[in-house]
Amino acid sequence: MGKATFRGGIHMYDGKDLSKDKPTTVLLPKGELVFPMSQHIGAPAKPIVTVGDRVLAGQRIGEAQGFVSAHVISSVSGTVKAVEPRPTVSGAMCESIVIENDGVYETAEGFGVKRDYTKLSKEEIRQYVKDAGIVGMGGAGFPTHIKLTPKKDDAIDYVIVNGAECEPYLTSDYRMMLEESEKIVGGLKIILRLFEKAQGIILIEDNKPEAIQKLSELVKGEERITVKTARTKYPQGAERQIINVATGRKINSSMLPADAGCVVNNVDTVISVYMAVAESTPLIRRIITVTGDAVADPRNFSVRTGTNYTELVEAAGGFKVPPEKVISGGPMMGLALFRLDLPVTKTSSALLAMAKDEAAALPTTPCIRCGRCVSVCPSRLVPQRMMEYAEHFENAGFLGLDGMECYECGTCTYVCPAGRRLTQAFKQTRRSILDERRKK
Amino acid sequence: MKEKLNVSASPHIRSRETTAVIMRDVMIALAPAALFGVYQFGLRALVILALSVTSCVLAEYIYKRLMKIPGGGYECSAMVTGLLLGMNLPAGVPYWIPVLGGVFAIIVVKMLFGGLGQNFMNPALAARCFLLLSAGKTMTAFAVEKIEAGNAAQLILSGAAGLDGLSSATPLAAIRAGESVSLFDMFFGFTGGTIGETSAFLLLLGAAYLLVRRVISIRIPAAYLLSFVVFMGLFGEYGFDAEYLAMQLCGGGLMLGAFFMATDYVTSPITKNGKLIFGIFLGVLTGIFRVYGGSAEGVSYAIITGNILVPLIEKVTFPKSFGKGGKANV
Repeated sequence: MGKATFRGGIHMYDGKDLSKDKPTTVLLPKGELVFPMSQHIGAPAKPIVTVGDRVLAGQRIGEAQGFVSAHVISSVSGTVKAVEPRPTVSGAMCESIVIENDGVYETAEGFGVKRDYTKLSKEEIRQYVKDAGIVGMGGAGFPTHIKLTPKKDDAIDYVIVNGAECEPYLTSDYRMMLEESEKIVGGLKIILRLFEKAQGIILIEDNKPEAIQKLSELVKGEERITVKTARTKYPQGAERQIINVATGRKINSSMLPADAGCVVNNVDTVISVYMAVAESTPLIRRIITVTGDAVADPRNFSVRTGTNYTELVEAAGGFKVPPEKVISGGPMMGLALFRLDLPVTKTSSALLAMAKDEAAALPTTPCIRCGRCVSVCPSRLVPQRMMEYAEHFENAGFLGLDGMECYECGTCTYVCPAGRRLTQAFKQTRRSILDERRKK
Repeated sequence: MKEKLNVSASPHIRSRETTAVIMRDVMIALAPAALFGVYQFGLRALVILALSVTSCVLAEYIYKRLMKIPGGGYECSAMVTGLLLGMNLPAGVPYWIPVLGGVFAIIVVKMLFGGLGQNFMNPALAARCFLLLSAGKTMTAFAVEKIEAGNAAQLILSGAAGLDGLSSATPLAAIRAGESVSLFDMFFGFTGGTIGETSAFLLLLGAAYLLVRRVISIRIPAAYLLSFVVFMGLFGEYGFDAEYLAMQLCGGGLMLGAFFMATDYVTSPITKNGKLIFGIFLGVLTGIFRVYGGSAEGVSYAIITGNILVPLIEKVTFPKSFGKGGKANV
C-alpha cells in the first residue's frame, strides 16, 4: 500500500540538510527581552506589570483578554524596563513589555514542580494549558486551550500530532521528535485524557525516517496511539491537508477541525502541553531553526521567548554573505523581515537568511494557461481563473470561484512558469473581502 | 549586512521551470522529427523551417515595437509556433508560404487577440488551415522521396544516399485509394507528408521526453488517440483491424497533433477532466473527418474546432473545491 498523502501539492528542494543533523543547543539571552502582547490569534493580552516591577521567569506578565486570547509569560527574571509599542515580525507595532534580564533566571513559585497527570481532572488539565499561555506553535498561534475545549469531548475521534514539517529548511520539529520524543508521547497522552473516545495519530513525512522509527518504538504497546507515515509533500502540514491525510476526512474554510472530529496540534505545541501539565513549566521557550545559504553555521536553538533575532544570528556564526532577504518562518509562508532586531515569539519557527532573493528577480510573463496551478492546488481551486478576478479587483467573481477556500500556501506561485504573483494577489483580495464583510 | 532587506509577500522561493524553459523543452522534443524531415526532404525543408521560425519571431518583435508593448522576459513561444508551422508544411511549398503563414499565425491569430496566452486557436494550426484554404494546391503537393517498401531498415544503416526523388501521395491518401503501404515505413517515417509529421517514432520519442519532463500530461493525447482508435474501429472501413488502426495512428498529422498541438497550453482546457473531454472530442472529430470527410486528413481541423470549445469544456469541468459538500458544510 502506498503511503498516505493528499491530492495536489509539490515536492521541492527542502534545504533541511543544512540543519537537520545539528542537535538543539540552548541559547540564553544577553540583552533585553521583548514580549509583544499579541503572539496569538485573537484579542491581545493586557500588560499586568508596570515599569520598574521585578518579574520572575514563568511569571504571567500579560493577561488574556476575552475568549480567544492567551496569557503572555516572562521567560527570564529581571526588571520591567518599558511597556510600549515595539515592532514585530509582521511589520506592525505591538504593545510590548520590555524586560531587562538580570541573568539569574529566578523562577516563579511552583515552577518546574512535577505532577502526575494521570490523576488530574479534565478541568485541571485545561486550566494548566491556559495558564501556560500555550498557542499553536506551528505558526498560526491559535490559543491551545480553546482548541482543547470543543463543544463535545465525545465528538472528537482523532487527536493528530502534526509532525509533517513540510516547509522547506525547517528542522525544529524534526529535532524535537528525536530529542524530546518522550514528551511528545506524554503530551499526546495528556490530550487523549480529555477525549476518551479519540485515537492519537502522530503524522510524520517519510523524509524523516529516524523520527518515525524513534516515535514508533515509543508508542509500541500504546493502544490509543499510532505513528503514521506520509509521503513528503508540501503543504502536508496545513490543517486541512493533515486531517485528510491522517483520517480521510475533509474540512473547508467554514469548518473547524472539531467539526470533522479532529484536534490537530503541532509537535512543539504538544511538548509545551506536556511541560505545562506534567512539569509546571509555562511556554517560555521556543525551538527555532536558524538557517539559509547566507548563515555561516545553520543550526537549531532552544531559546527563551523574547530573545532578539540578532542574538540568534550571532550564535549561528553570523552571516557569511550579506543576505538579500531574511524570513521569519519557512520560505513558502514565512514573513520577510525588514529589520532583524525583533523578538522571538511563541510562533517563531525559523529564521531563514537567503543570499539571493530569487523570487524578486524573476520576471513576470503572460499566463500561458499551463494548468500547473490547477493541478497543485491543495484546495482544488483554479488559481489561473481566480487571478483574472483578483487582478481586476472583482471580489464577487473571486468569491464565485471559492476564492476564500485559498489558505495562501503559495504552491501555485511556486510552480508558475510565468512567475506570476498569484498568492500575493489572492492575499490582497481575501483581505479586501474580509474587510467588506466586517463593514457590514 | 546589506543596508536594506528585501520585503515581499510569501512565497519566497520559486521553481526553476519558467515559460522559456518549457518552450525550450518543446523545441527539444520536436527537434528529432524536424531533423528527420530535413534528412528526408533535403535542405529545402531546412529553409522552410528557418523561414517559418524567423517570420514568426520577427512578426512578433515588430508588432510589439509598433504597438509599444513592454518586453518583460522573453519566453520563446513564437519560436515554437514557427517550428510547428514549418513542420506542418510540405517541403516543396514556395518560400512565401511559410512567411505568410508565420505572419498570419502571429499577427492575426495571436497578437490581435492579446498576445501570448490570449489566442483562442493554436496559431500554427490556424495558419496551416488558412494556407490550406487559400493556397490549397501548393499545400497538398507532397514532393516526396519515395522509398521502396521494406528498404527502410537498410536506409537507416546506409544514410540518406540512394533515395529516389519521386513524388507520391501521403500514406493516408494511398490507403484511401486502396494502395498498400508498409506500416514499418509509416512508423519510422519513410513516407510522404509534411516536413515534421512523417516519423511517428521520432515524434513519440519527443513526446516521451515531454511526458518525463512533465511539460505535458498524458490526458489529452491518451484520450485523443484512444477515442480515435475506437471511432475508427467502429466506423472505419476495416473495423478493428490492428494493422489498419496502426496505420491510421501513424499516418497524417495525428502524432504531431495529439502530442504537440492538442496539448498546447493556451488552447486546451486547464482542468483535468476538461483535458479528457477535449481529447475524446478531438479523437471523434478526427475520425469523422478521416472517414467521412473530403480529404484523408483531419487532425488540423479537428484541433482548431476543439480549441473553440475549450471555454465551454472548462466551464462544465471546474473542480469542486476541497472539503465542499461535506456533511457539516453550510
